[in-house]
Amino acid sequence: MRIDFTSSRVLHVDMESGASRVISFGTRSAHLGGSGLAAALYTEYGLADAPADDPRQPLIFAIGPLTGFFPLMSKVVCGFRSPYTGEWSESHAGGRLALAMRFSGYDALMITGRARSLSCLVVGSRRVEMHDVHYMRGQDVFTAGKYMRRFGADRHGHRSSLRIGPAGENGLGYACINVDSFRHFGRMGSGAVMGGKKLKGIVVLGDGSFTLPEGKAYPALFKKIYSDVTGTDMMRKYHDLGTAENLLVLNELHALPWRNLQQTSDPQIDGISGERFAEQLLLRQTACAGCPVGCIHIGLLRQQFASDHEYLYKQVSYDYEPIFAQGSMLGITNASGVLALLDETEKVGLDCMSSGVALAWAAEALEKGVISEKETVVPLRFGDVHSFIAAMGHLVRGTNDFYRLLGQGAAKAAAEYGGEDFTCVLGQEMAGYATGEVFFVSQAMGFRHSHLDSGGYAYDQSAKDKDVDKAIDFLVDDEHKRVLINCMVSCMFARKAYTPERLQEALSSLGMTEAADALTDAGRMVQRERWRLKIATGYDVNAVRIPKRFKEVVTWKGPVDVAYMDALKQRYARAILDMAAAGGGEN
Amino acid sequence: MKILRASRMERCIGCHSCSLACARLVHKRLSWNTAGIRISSAGGLSTGFEARTCVACNPAPCATACPTGAFSQRKGGGVKVDRSLCIRCGNCAEACPVEAIYIDPEESFPYVCIHCGRCVPFCPHACLELADADEGRQEYGGGQGTGTGRDHGGQ
Ligand code: SF4
Ligand code: SF4
Ligand code: SF4
Repeated sequence: MRIDFTSSRVLHVDMESGASRVISFGTRSAHLGGSGLAAALYTEYGLADAPADDPRQPLIFAIGPLTGFFPLMSKVVCGFRSPYTGEWSESHAGGRLALAMRFSGYDALMITGRARSLSCLVVGSRRVEMHDVHYMRGQDVFTAGKYMRRFGADRHGHRSSLRIGPAGENGLGYACINVDSFRHFGRMGSGAVMGGKKLKGIVVLGDGSFTLPEGKAYPALFKKIYSDVTGTDMMRKYHDLGTAENLLVLNELHALPWRNLQQTSDPQIDGISGERFAEQLLLRQTACAGCPVGCIHIGLLRQQFASDHEYLYKQVSYDYEPIFAQGSMLGITNASGVLALLDETEKVGLDCMSSGVALAWAAEALEKGVISEKETVVPLRFGDVHSFIAAMGHLVRGTNDFYRLLGQGAAKAAAEYGGEDFTCVLGQEMAGYATGEVFFVSQAMGFRHSHLDSGGYAYDQSAKDKDVDKAIDFLVDDEHKRVLINCMVSCMFARKAYTPERLQEALSSLGMTEAADALTDAGRMVQRERWRLKIATGYDVNAVRIPKRFKEVVTWKGPVDVAYMDALKQRYARAILDMAAAGGGEN
Repeated sequence: MKILRASRMERCIGCHSCSLACARLVHKRLSWNTAGIRISSAGGLSTGFEARTCVACNPAPCATACPTGAFSQRKGGGVKVDRSLCIRCGNCAEACPVEAIYIDPEESFPYVCIHCGRCVPFCPHACLELADADEGRQEYGGGQGTGTGRDHGGQ
């Protein structure tokens, strides 16, 4: 097969009718791919006026023009209306999905409608099939994965398997989509969107192959980039201890959230440091397909299940963020305890960051008497792994009103029960960086309410002054660079290797000179378009609030400067509105 | 004669860099299938990875099964391939005892390792090596080796 780069090839599947069709969509040099492609598809096919949980709303998975062609071009953008915020949102994941999509011949997969019965979708270069999987109702992520192996079994090892657990089927606001066991479309509830479509799983078969451009430019550039990312120290941190190396660093800085952000440092860090995980529990590393770095760290969870020395073992992936959310944030100071919690979260199909931070709020609320055990059912206590595992079950099943609300986010539960001052929510449950004003503002207001929109946490660590304009200019510019990466769609860890100039070179080497020339301008348009969509789907940048808990944080720099944070907020709100309006008029 | 050996697959991270390199450099294709080496998970992702690649039989059943001479015996094991003679009958793939030959469903051409070694420098964990054909040809493939993989550098 030959790839036509001038537009994007989209497979649209409507679960309602069971019909599917291939669409040749848009112009490459305008939407680029990934993030830009997903936004453009939503603009064309989404229902801005209907609510997020309307099953007609599209769920979009998009790769970029460089996917599969270069190292670390190994991610997929999932675009959807978030059940958590109601707004247009994105979540990114790797695993084998990006390459499987490339080799199935599609730039994007767009799913609309709700199936009559729980279903599994199988997509390959030569097939689109819908299977009735009513027998998989309520199945956990691991069991569902096993049943799904029968679909496309003839393409063993070259397919990707997406599935949701009971959390997605039950519509929790932070249900995730599991990708190939160890990766996730995590935040903002994409799993609930899948559940709303009665879509339990998707198998993507990467069974096609493509002709390459003639000439030496492409293989030569590949070799150069490959040696940059493997031969130099650029990526060392990611495959060595992995992102978990940040635990010690941030704890030292007094920037690691502990016990619902009541502290930012604790001497018991050694029990859950990256070093502790690596020395005692690390089994092996693994990689997303197409990435030679291999940052996925798999830990060994050994559990005794009966008194007579009877053990079972499981393999659980860990990273900095999961260890923060289900470790320090919950006061867990033992690495195996963290893995046990992560394993449970994985099984039920919840985002580990959001669920950990939401439960941390519940534990403090109980401690303070804001709620009682009537609500929590179990005696939630910081440091008690078993109580949190039990609570996870109540959360997923929605056993009472309290858990049903908590399943839509800590802020929603706090609005009903009180304790709003200490919800660690910045647009959604916080990421693991108590680094200061710039990060708090960037997560609270950013496009995905994520630590991945821009490097606000790094800015907090390096800035020597409190220059509001400079800080906001940094956020806007860094976001622009990341938008380019998210359109291609590279792993964020490769952002130093993939400068805008390098991306242009890569596009040109494949013959996409028009897209290469238009890259920075198109990136600005995509940035604008994403903001415009977020606002059109309900985002009010002036309504964002930062809970009191963040104003009480003390880092290595001293107490948070509330006046500076307010000024950043005002200025960023203006910048966002400017971005959404820039070059506008046509919408 | 040298042959490709996937002798340290315990270290494999499943990145597919080897298959992609073979497809790109030997077969001029973007693929993780139309390649002389293919990586699959050994029964679900949680048990590591295995490589499907030619083990350099001598004599080679695939060459014997080939009715046109497109596959012929290679000195030291494995086969030499002359694609212009291939009639796409698929006999070679059927004869191979280790499923090393991939038949592309689009054109039905067979893809097999020619033991050129171009994939080797692209493996970040030094799972692969180009070894002397007569060296360590028995079951024991040479153990873990001494290299630490990543420290070999990418190239
Ligand atoms: S392709 Fe198969 S049969 Fe032919 S030499 Fe290699 S391993 Fe033996
Ligand atoms: S040795 Fe050559 S032919 Fe064999 S798998 Fe490696 S690159 Fe392909
Ligand atoms: S390049 Fe090496 S680590 Fe990567 S899949 Fe191939 S054998 Fe495994």
